[in-house]
Amino acid sequence: MLTTVKVAVFLVSLYPLIRLGWLATTDGLGANPIEFITRSTGTWTLIFLTLTLGITPLRRIFSYPNLMKFRRMLGLFAFFYVSLHFVTYIWLDQFFDIIAILKDIVKRPFITVGFLSFVLLVPLALTSTSGMIRRLGGRCWQWLHRLIYVAALGGVVHYLWLVKADLQEPLIYTAVLALLLGYRIAVAAGRLRSRLLSSKKAISAKGA
Amino acid sequence: MLIKSPADIKSSEITDKSLYLNRRQFMLNASLTAGAVATGLVVPEIGIQSGVAHAGTKLEGISKSPLSTDEKRTPVKDITTYNNFYEFGTDKYSPAKMAKSLVTRPWTVVVDGEVKGEKVYDIDDLMKLAPLEERIYRLRCVEAWSMVIPWVGFPLNALIRQVEPTSKAKFVELTTLHEPDQMPGQNRGVLDWPYVEGLRMDEAVHPLAILAVGLYGESMPNQNGAPIRLVVPWKYGFKSVKSIVSIRFVEKQPKSAWMKANPREYGFYSNVNPEVSHPRWSQVRERRIGEFRKRKTLLFNGYADQVAGLYKGMNLAAYY
Repeated sequence: MLTTVKVAVFLVSLYPLIRLGWLATTDGLGANPIEFITRSTGTWTLIFLTLTLGITPLRRIFSYPNLMKFRRMLGLFAFFYVSLHFVTYIWLDQFFDIIAILKDIVKRPFITVGFLSFVLLVPLALTSTSGMIRRLGGRCWQWLHRLIYVAALGGVVHYLWLVKADLQEPLIYTAVLALLLGYRIAVAAGRLRSRLLSSKKAISAKGA
Repeated sequence: MLIKSPADIKSSEITDKSLYLNRRQFMLNASLTAGAVATGLVVPEIGIQSGVAHAGTKLEGISKSPLSTDEKRTPVKDITTYNNFYEFGTDKYSPAKMAKSLVTRPWTVVVDGEVKGEKVYDIDDLMKLAPLEERIYRLRCVEAWSMVIPWVGFPLNALIRQVEPTSKAKFVELTTLHEPDQMPGQNRGVLDWPYVEGLRMDEAVHPLAILAVGLYGESMPNQNGAPIRLVVPWKYGFKSVKSIVSIRFVEKQPKSAWMKANPREYGFYSNVNPEVSHPRWSQVRERRIGEFRKRKTLLFNGYADQVAGLYKGMNLAAYY
């Protein structure tokens, strides 16, 4: 059953790529196909990042631990689409003009933050295998993979800084991300408080 | 009382002669088409492309101009489906779908301010103010893409000569229609509506600056700024204000909608200049719509020979 669902999620996650392929072969990418592909892969990266970050809260709220089994796949799809996004930029858009690309990365804040967020996701993709989790140890692995918070924030800022005037869409992603990160902060704060309380109890118990 | 002549009959509304002569076949075809549409087999074609607003009235008596470029023209489909016209949404594909709600007749343009002859022009009279010319111009968007568009229009200076600006007139301020019912994008405060743009007087009387009323030999599609718009080919596209209802001659430099929105990124002059980069886009190169590799952007969009003199001694990096 789980395998079937996994296969289904995998196929659905390929939809953005299949759609682009379909549009490309049916003259559906509009007047500026490269811009269309860049926008589309960027949008889907943000969607998969938020889906990945949504797993933990949803799993806890609905107490459905099996959701965890989809997190790696969704995270890797986020990396897949961000890689397509990056390749579209360096190949189709800039045509490997390294000087122009470096200038862009240094001079255009939205590209700087977008590039850094992409770079942050590389080690996460590389250490996503079960073998790497074992080698790094759960704790260390978990700390490393918290980089996704930074990368997702960077991705949203990248989008906010890109638009000229209409912030509506980037603000929707910002709100969703704020919710997902806010949940984690609340959980962490709750844990810290209970730990403090229990240590206080322990101290007062000793004193008695 | 002014009696308005009815709007021109669209060519699409005129029954094709062969159909008229063969009504029985026409009825059969019509019922077959209706059936096909009803069952989702055929998408009805409106305008050039399905679902795309297009004025499409042929303009008569257009002469050619030596100011036209002989570069390959951008296909009409791209010109009419890829638009920055925030009054109809900020997505480039939405003006083509949304601009059908724009009503372009009756339409008047108020010309006032520092002029001897203040005047309210009816659009149909305005279109006869000067002989229509085809001007095939490069259009360079600030977003680093470009097109080659065969505009139809007349020099802005023809209008200026007629209304006789006073010595106080140093700038021209042009304003787009402000009608949220017709322009749904104006219901959102993306920009400070209405859209305003301006030119210095010497820029406005330059022979390259035109009021365009059509493209590809037909009246202006709504999404491209019907019924009348400005075209200043040596400046970034956003300077070429669309769907104009007011032309005012003023003493002080007008504040454009984009200057209000972001003065650090958009200056009054906004001349195409590969040396002066925009914070978001390098302006060194551009993608000509329809081409794969980017090409070099030229100073004043390739019109330096004609317009560089206007800016002699000006620091173009400071006056961006």
